Amino acid sequence: MQYIEQILFVAILAVAIYFFTQKVKQIRRNILIGKDQIINDNKPARWMMMAKVALGQSKMVVRPVAGFFHILIYLGFVLINIEVLEILMDGIFGTHRVLSFMGPVYDAAIGFFEILAVLVLVSCLVFLGRRFVVHIPRFHSPEMKGWATKDATYILVIEIVLMGALLKMNAVDQVLQSKGADHYVAAGSFPVSQYLVGFFQNYDISTLVVLERVFWWFHILGILFFLNYVPYSKHLHIFLAFPNTWYGRLQPAGQFANMPEITNEVNLMLDPSKADPNMPPPDKFGVSDVTDLSWKNLLDAYSCTECGRCTSSCPASITGKKLSPRKIMMDTRDRADELGKAKDVNGADYHDGKSLHDYISQEELLACTTCNACVEACPININPLEIIFGMRQYQTLEKSNMPSEWAMMNSNIENNQAPWQFSPSDRANWTNDII
Amino acid sequence: MSETLHVPTVAELTAKGEKPDVLFWVGCAGSFDERAQKITKAFVKILNNVGIKYAILGTEESCTGDPAKRAGNEFLFQMQAMANIATLNAYEITKIVTTCPHCFNTIKNEYPSLGGTYEVIHHTQLLQELIDEGKLTFGADPFKGKKITYHDSCYLGRANGVYDAPRRILEAMDAELVEMKRCRKNGLCCGAGGAQMFKEAESGTKEINIERTQEAIATGASIISANCPFCTTMMGDGVKHANMEGQLEVLDLAELVAQAKDL
Repeated sequence: MQYIEQILFVAILAVAIYFFTQKVKQIRRNILIGKDQIINDNKPARWMMMAKVALGQSKMVVRPVAGFFHILIYLGFVLINIEVLEILMDGIFGTHRVLSFMGPVYDAAIGFFEILAVLVLVSCLVFLGRRFVVHIPRFHSPEMKGWATKDATYILVIEIVLMGALLKMNAVDQVLQSKGADHYVAAGSFPVSQYLVGFFQNYDISTLVVLERVFWWFHILGILFFLNYVPYSKHLHIFLAFPNTWYGRLQPAGQFANMPEITNEVNLMLDPSKADPNMPPPDKFGVSDVTDLSWKNLLDAYSCTECGRCTSSCPASITGKKLSPRKIMMDTRDRADELGKAKDVNGADYHDGKSLHDYISQEELLACTTCNACVEACPININPLEIIFGMRQYQTLEKSNMPSEWAMMNSNIENNQAPWQFSPSDRANWTNDII
Repeated sequence: MSETLHVPTVAELTAKGEKPDVLFWVGCAGSFDERAQKITKAFVKILNNVGIKYAILGTEESCTGDPAKRAGNEFLFQMQAMANIATLNAYEITKIVTTCPHCFNTIKNEYPSLGGTYEVIHHTQLLQELIDEGKLTFGADPFKGKKITYHDSCYLGRANGVYDAPRRILEAMDAELVEMKRCRKNGLCCGAGGAQMFKEAESGTKEINIERTQEAIATGASIISANCPFCTTMMGDGVKHANMEGQLEVLDLAELVAQAKDL
């Protein structure tokens, strides 16, 4: 019986890890659908940014309530996972509380994890409350309808259930320890689950062993399920927040990249000596599909957990325009997923003929004031503005699709060197009458 | 000072075999827009008053290309940029000050990779430096007790991280700075950036400048200070919309300094 349980455990673990790895590979491929971009400058600053923003949650706490409870869940997640190591070892070797030889350190750790488990549980309840009782508006924008909200709810419920299983497992374990059951060494401290002992005190040892096994299996199966659920959900941020901040922008937010292919064209016109005559003219200007974005833009999209801080600070969104920076990220991810799937079926070079502009309308793109509020608000340095801007370049340069006022402005700049229709020779007229 | 103030051009100085210590990049709004011209004039009065050797490009100045770029027309932007860089480099300009945060951002951040590298500062930074160096001083408490709020422009604030210089100028003039809820990194756009100034806003439930002006009004300030000709226009329109003209003024920091010094 003992061996059967161990074999079953190892088999399930292997299957879970296999499927997780396959999905991770798929996401990696989807991210690399984007254009190559080398990001390896100023490594000390990058490590610092990751330490501060991802590890240190510095931008989360800008909104203190959400920030506080998020830190509890984050700490709980990272630290309670140390206990998962023990669970894995016990499962593989058929041991029980294999790390208990550490004595007082072990007891303190188990006690600490119990307290964390309660804090995580409470935080998840608070988050459900913020979403569905307090009804915080950013959780109810149009793009949150359907799967997005279900996904958020599933995760919170899974975490609550998992933390519950952990505490119940410990409660039964204590009863078994106190009854001197074989295999159940006296170890751990149980500041929380001691209050649950009453529910299990009156069962006999064989029933309790079954119960303990049920909770133990439930807990680890839950974790393995969670591991495989995460890559299908918005919760990838728990892993991707780290690389995403490391590869984030270091240059000033106001600096928009100059397109080198256009520099070459302009040089050919103005000063051919500076131009590279062998540089092939680009097949397209700007961003029409995810393949025109950089891989970092797509990493951004897969890192987004749809918290909506970007949208709630966007001046266009605040004033009822159609633009929502969060939707830009969700659309980008959905489109990368769609194209990735099409490539799975039809080969790596296949393109389904659709584009990111099928997801994001010109009205959304035109509403952006390029103010960088979304970029500033993102707790993990996602940049929706680069995507909006690249798509706007495509509409303007490739489709000449722009408001007539902009066409007028452009021709004024071209002819009068100012966006308005003034004569360039009048440019210094203001100097004539300064008293 | 009843005689008119002469604003030198770089061409003029060059003809005399001289060079300015700093080029004042006026920008299109500062040159042509009536409201913004007041900011430009206030600033040259200050430059003149403190005795900085400056010059403008005059008719040789041309749009930086910022609105074209933000509207997606990278080609036109780079044409403008290259032409301006050719002019600036021909005059061997090394330092530029500008009253427009859009020009500031573009020349500082987007010109270098096209061959134009200069030390670029915003006029609020220059004013703060002058105050720190004791070259710009104020009489007895020019704005003592006056409630002034400050609107962070996106391209000076978030885009380039300049939050303190403008606030320190207000402090030096003894104004009582009352912050809006959304300030500094969280400042709300006036609605003009990204070439929005040159088109109708997309349809929505409210205009951005109205939202922002209401926030400024809520501070109880009698002056909204700004650092950008576009913000000044947008907020000014917001004040008109709220029928608060006469009770609430929108002024650039250069105008406030000029007022405080009675220039």
